[in-house]
Amino acid sequence: MCGIAGILNLQSGAPVRTPELAAMLDPLASRGPDGRGTYLEEPEQLGLAHARLSIIDLAGGAQPIHNEDRSIWVVFNGEIFNYVELRAELEKAGHRFYTHTDTEVIVHLYEEHGLRFVEQLNGQFAIALWDKPQRRLVLARDRAGILPLFHARDGGRLVFASEVKSLLRGLSSRPQLNRAALDQVFTFWSTVGAATLFEGVEQLPPGHLLVAEDGRVRIERYWDWMFREPGDYRRGRVAELGRELHDLLLDATRIRLRADVPVGAYLSGGLDSTALVALMCEGGVKPNTFSLAFTDPGLDESEHQLAAAAHFGVNHRTIRVDTDHIRDGFVRTVWRAETPFLRCAPIPLMALSGLAHRSDCKVVMTGEGADEVFGGYDLFKEAKIRRFWARRPDSVWRPRLLQRLYPYLDITAARGQAYSEAFFGAGLAGVDSPFFAHEPRWKTTAQGKALFSQETRERINGQDPVAAFAGTLPAALGTWDPFNQAQYVEAKTLLAGYLLSTQGDRMLMANSVEGRFPYLDHRVIEFANALDPRLKMRVLNEKYLLKRALGPQLPPGIAARKKQPYRSPDSKAFEGEGMGFVEDALAESSVRRAGYFDPQRVQLLWRKVRAGRAVSYKDSMTFTGVLSTQVWHSLFVEGVTPGVLGK
Amino acid sequence: MSAAEQVRQYILENFLFSTDTSLLGLDESFLERGLIDSTGMLEVILFLEESFGVKVGDNEMVPENLDSVNRIAAFLERKKV
Repeated sequence: MCGIAGILNLQSGAPVRTPELAAMLDPLASRGPDGRGTYLEEPEQLGLAHARLSIIDLAGGAQPIHNEDRSIWVVFNGEIFNYVELRAELEKAGHRFYTHTDTEVIVHLYEEHGLRFVEQLNGQFAIALWDKPQRRLVLARDRAGILPLFHARDGGRLVFASEVKSLLRGLSSRPQLNRAALDQVFTFWSTVGAATLFEGVEQLPPGHLLVAEDGRVRIERYWDWMFREPGDYRRGRVAELGRELHDLLLDATRIRLRADVPVGAYLSGGLDSTALVALMCEGGVKPNTFSLAFTDPGLDESEHQLAAAAHFGVNHRTIRVDTDHIRDGFVRTVWRAETPFLRCAPIPLMALSGLAHRSDCKVVMTGEGADEVFGGYDLFKEAKIRRFWARRPDSVWRPRLLQRLYPYLDITAARGQAYSEAFFGAGLAGVDSPFFAHEPRWKTTAQGKALFSQETRERINGQDPVAAFAGTLPAALGTWDPFNQAQYVEAKTLLAGYLLSTQGDRMLMANSVEGRFPYLDHRVIEFANALDPRLKMRVLNEKYLLKRALGPQLPPGIAARKKQPYRSPDSKAFEGEGMGFVEDALAESSVRRAGYFDPQRVQLLWRKVRAGRAVSYKDSMTFTGVLSTQVWHSLFVEGVTPGVLGK
Repeated sequence: MSAAEQVRQYILENFLFSTDTSLLGLDESFLERGLIDSTGMLEVILFLEESFGVKVGDNEMVPENLDSVNRIAAFLERKKV
């Protein structure tokens, strides 16, 4: 992958200068360490800039790239995996290519199809395209939101970049925290839609285009996660659908092996990543594999990783993470992620991309997306059980099924109702709500808002992030099965906002490593979205069809293994005294100066963490959220450099 | 596929982790074989509700209705009436 940036003079803004573009590229060095290029449109009305991580056409792929008569220009971050097929069609239509890159198909496709060019692309991308004759700038972001793209307006200009730290170099004002966005983070674990933590800075939502022409900017959706109504699902025997899915995933993997550098793989030891390694082997590639191990045996999956690596005979490397890694990597992770986070899980992933980088691996396949596309999360299962219970709310037996998910719960018949109220706060009401599955998680997360300062509360002014999000749901959603509704909500909140960015692109790019996501091939998503949800979760057997499709190729036991969610040490890493940057970030004066949280409450929570008493999931999330917000403030508002703050 | 075969297939796949129908007779007692515990039975009920569109009350959760493939098939038949 790479980094892109640019400036368009929309309405009597200052002329665009090359040094500005160069300054915007500097913070993108880790995204694109292999080369830089710029394009300046005379008379200085537009500038495009590109920092390159070379993966395809190593010698000839420098960007910006143009069409035959140099009227269409593009800078591009990502990969177009079907470029080979697209190129053949375009050449047949008379287009002439001057490189062997995937990038070049973009300009010719645009010539052929105009704004609908994006519908032809199978890939992960953030694109900036300049149509000189039309004087039109087009920004495009991939369907699932694998790659980031931010934009802002400043003094008559439109400024855009792959990361906010680059964008800020093109803005005249100092960054401020957007409190409504902070409220979103303390609800959904991330911002949603176009919001970012930076006041005035937006992200182009996944599956959208931004078109700037005639001094105006419009944003259009070109793709969305759409599901079918009950009765309109794909028909077919399970075995046939399983074969079709296998072939589709094999092709999604095959085209993601296209690169002029070796492609490795992350191997967690679970179904999704192990299946990808199996598909890569089936496609003729034995990848180098990389895994995270944890010193905490409760989090560690090494046994399964090593068994899978031995099964496939691949060269396997592991990095073992402990609480020191969490502390040492915290500041750099906030710097790379550009947002607060409520769990420390991104930090080990930066260590993992570091391992891949040190092993000379520039590209890795990862299994992200399978749980969203095929319904793998416990949250979907929990909702199904709660619905099962809600069909007979007076049943004394039905709540006991929750023990399938939470074996430690002592749900005796007599105590069932009490557990319902205590642990599943959304209760059994609201089964028709599209948020039925998510509300318990959101309510637990939102308890951290008790630490918001009076000023933050006033600035949020009673806006409800859930109600605002509800306003963005498609009209058709009400006609979908509740399981599919929950999948849609998951794709729009945690997947795009957190997993693919804070825990995905940002942690990969911190070490100049590109991730590739076969489960998020839009053909795979569209296939899965057309299925009867009972084929995704058959009773309580998650990812049922996926297991049917790929199970035979997996090492024994992998498909039957109980799903272990990826977790890392959280607040436990901050027990004890003498924590350097933590003391600074959480000092009463620092908290007061930033103004986001109540200083006294933060002190009480910090005391509890230091004493090792913050054992609850909720306290751990709140602490991580407060600390990362304070660090975010130091880095982006006060301008402290990460190296200094991390001491 | 008959209801009895669908139920047998589900129980084989999810509790015996096999597709070999010889492993589970249609009249074999789940309780006597120790095949399905109480939460497992709830899982079976979720399967019945999901696949056959029935609702099972607490008072119907008794071995007479649910303790073998054939008993379940007969129970489903009665629920249809």
